[in-house]
Amino acid sequence: MNDLTHFEVPLRQTPFHARTAVLNKLNRWGPWAGYMTALCFGDEAMEHTAIRNGASVYDLCPMVKYRVTGAEAAAFLDRLTIRNAGKLPVGSVHYTVWCDDEGRVLDDGTLFRHGVGDYLICCQERHLPWLLASSAGYDVAVREVTEEVAALSLQGPCSASVLDAAGFDVWGLKPFRMVRFAFQGGKVTVSRTGFTGDLGYELWMEPAQALPFWDHLFASGAPWGIRPIGTDALNLARIEAGFIITNMDFIPADQALREDRARSPFELGLDWMIDWDKGHFTGRRALLAEKEAGSDWALVGLDVPGNISAEGSILYHGKKREAGFVTAAAWSPSVKRSVALAQVEAKYRKGDDLWVEIYALRELQYVKLMLPVTVVERPFFNPARKRATPPGRF
Amino acid sequence: MIYDAVIIGAGHNGLVAACYLAKAGMKVCVVEKNDWVGGAAVSRSLYPGFTYSNCSYVSSLFRPEIMRDLELPKHGLQILPYEGGAVFTEGGGYLGMFRDHDANRREFARHSRHDAEAYDRYSRDVLRFCRFIRPMLMRTPPDPSSFKPRDIAELIWLGRKMGEMSERQMADMVRFWTMSISDFLDEYFEHPVIKAYLAVSAIIGTALGPMSPGSAYVLLHHYMGDVDGNVGAWGFARGGMGSITQALARSLAAAGGEIRNGSGVESVIVKNGHAQGVVLSNGDEVRGKRVISNMDVKRTFLKHVAEDQLPGDFVKRVKAFKIRGSSGKLNIALDSAPVFPALPEGAPNLKGDLHFTDSIEKMERAYDDWKAGHFSRDPFQDVMIPTMIDPTMTPPGKHFMSCFVQYAPPKIEGREWSDADRDAFGQTCLDQIEKYSPGFKNRVLHVEVRTPRELEAEVGLTEGNIFQGELTFDQLLFNRPVPGYAQYRSPIKGLWMCGSSTHPGGGVMGAPGRNAAAQVLREAKLPNRMSDAYAVL
Repeated sequence: MNDLTHFEVPLRQTPFHARTAVLNKLNRWGPWAGYMTALCFGDEAMEHTAIRNGASVYDLCPMVKYRVTGAEAAAFLDRLTIRNAGKLPVGSVHYTVWCDDEGRVLDDGTLFRHGVGDYLICCQERHLPWLLASSAGYDVAVREVTEEVAALSLQGPCSASVLDAAGFDVWGLKPFRMVRFAFQGGKVTVSRTGFTGDLGYELWMEPAQALPFWDHLFASGAPWGIRPIGTDALNLARIEAGFIITNMDFIPADQALREDRARSPFELGLDWMIDWDKGHFTGRRALLAEKEAGSDWALVGLDVPGNISAEGSILYHGKKREAGFVTAAAWSPSVKRSVALAQVEAKYRKGDDLWVEIYALRELQYVKLMLPVTVVERPFFNPARKRATPPGRF
Repeated sequence: MIYDAVIIGAGHNGLVAACYLAKAGMKVCVVEKNDWVGGAAVSRSLYPGFTYSNCSYVSSLFRPEIMRDLELPKHGLQILPYEGGAVFTEGGGYLGMFRDHDANRREFARHSRHDAEAYDRYSRDVLRFCRFIRPMLMRTPPDPSSFKPRDIAELIWLGRKMGEMSERQMADMVRFWTMSISDFLDEYFEHPVIKAYLAVSAIIGTALGPMSPGSAYVLLHHYMGDVDGNVGAWGFARGGMGSITQALARSLAAAGGEIRNGSGVESVIVKNGHAQGVVLSNGDEVRGKRVISNMDVKRTFLKHVAEDQLPGDFVKRVKAFKIRGSSGKLNIALDSAPVFPALPEGAPNLKGDLHFTDSIEKMERAYDDWKAGHFSRDPFQDVMIPTMIDPTMTPPGKHFMSCFVQYAPPKIEGREWSDADRDAFGQTCLDQIEKYSPGFKNRVLHVEVRTPRELEAEVGLTEGNIFQGELTFDQLLFNRPVPGYAQYRSPIKGLWMCGSSTHPGGGVMGAPGRNAAAQVLREAKLPNRMSDAYAVL
């Protein structure tokens, strides 16, 4: 494959592919942002167990990445996103979202501050035209760097021990902070971040380091049962953690065909991030108006009776009137209950008289269930080990 | 014998109308001047062993509801989605199109990383306009000056659809309907070749340039169709475009309808202000309680209806109806597959639309020639090789190439086309292809060159306009073909229109035929068993 024959490989392989391909016993791959990504290496339950018990590794390379540099990088990002990017200390990370002029969410992502004027945005969707247009008038450069960075997510209660064994002392590293280590003549950045709601780290490097790093990490992690995981296990963990995913739990405003599909930070439960005092940011006027007038929708966590996943279900008020829909659901092994994320009309956000209609598959035959649900706080699974510094030694 | 309906012209819309009426129990007869049926949707064998789609050449707009209602798949219709597409650029490069989303993004990124990421937003915006316009295709436009309950209900429906939009969306849409494709694309893209590819749909069949206001709407007209729900996708009718009209003819026969070939309509018989049938050029009369013309509005009323039967204002409007020819066509039999050295081996792009115009400026220059009364010296061509996918049209290893060419004026500097003009036009197009595919001319076994002159003479399209009238905003919806007559009726009782001159316009869509049939059935108080329009996305 060369520049012209790219079409022969529409799904690219990540820099870790030489390792993940061998380990993917089921050969189960799915597309993610133009890459092939493992859905499951061999056993979803064991992979989920690795996240909650030992140490798991997920290949993060397909995540879309933009590097924002320049003297006015902080000012630009304050204008772009709803959170205060200027206050984010160098060496720190925060979760954030950015909106269109109507205050509807375009995407969510994590923002890494590598230097005073050096940020990295990691997100699900592609935004180069929006970022470039938004940067007009700021002394910044925006560059898409997805292919220039290789990344792994190391998650699980033993992940600090694994890193320690690999020669990276992260005992003092607090959540949402990052630290840089030398590795074989290059550098590896370790951030205490993740998408599982557990203790975990994300490891960032140049693609050339990918394979040696993988080998080193897996050799170091063997005593803790380090294990590659696929998207299926990760998805279960993120539902337990109550995290949302763009284009799964909400449609980005710039992709919505129906205007009423777009959602605001209020409607996704993300308004806590809005910094009203930092000055103007894109969508601020619309969001202020929504703050006054109220929102149409709400994103809620649900506790669902029984043991059947409510995936793809419709919610009703009083069993009759459609009130919303489930965007993600699972039986949670970690909290031993059936949980769901759902969008509901704002007036039903408290969950009174809210019901879910589930089609339960029992030996090739669907059985309709109508079950009362309860709105509960997220995360559904929220272990203290996630926040503990230093983390537990195992 | 007096038919319930006599339909003039066995093109796709005439046949669609005839089928619906026959299925509703009417006795119908379609009269056709040519020895074959199909109008501009035909498969012709003009070189031994080869089948040409020698007029229309691709399908996307044909309504799937009609395929279902008239059981066209049972009568042999298959639509094959096509792959690929490419614009070849000066200097040996190209921009390819790919069905795979990621491959397409990377291909765009080869030219502009910005444009690669802008394409999804662009598609989203155009699809939003499609979602608005598509439900109107199979509805009779309301008459805004009428107080009939049906017109008022239809206006309310339209108003409600507008009301669903935000102010911003409505502003965007009104701008889109009236702006040029060049200006519209400038709002999304930076790279000339990407803009040149995307502008194609805005000029095909229209006597507008890419910089003419109103051309953006023409893009939508080409974008709102689908192949099996894939909106914006295009495909080939297996066996050529004639497969569509052949399936319609079989469906009509199954419903008991008749077709009389070989003699066209000389005039519509009008007595006491009421159409009563037609006189054919061979002298035969075909009597009917109503006459439905699938000919364009100019041909129908200026050539086949006595002027004294028509209100002067109507005639004036019909004369003013814009139906300027803008295109020609080359149909080529090839001894072997052409090679385009710019493309890597194995690239799927030859299985789609191929272009040689790598900037909007060049397209506009081609249009400048048309304005001056010449065919374009450096024309825009929409080239297809259906036999890359369809195995039924040529012997194995041989190919049929369809070249749609713009611009070709209806007259050369105000005079009729001569055979020498036609041959020079054909040579210009062949030379252009040869430039990007060396050795191409040596593969040519036979060429049929069609200018607006041939299109008018054979198919009956006035000035060779493929849409039976331009798709400019002044000639759409309740203004198509002329204000006050957008509901398929004419000023003469019992004389109806069902061709592409009526709403929603041209392309092998079938919607005008179906809408006309719906109005005829409504007036005849016969049940209408048409499928409701499908949801869009």
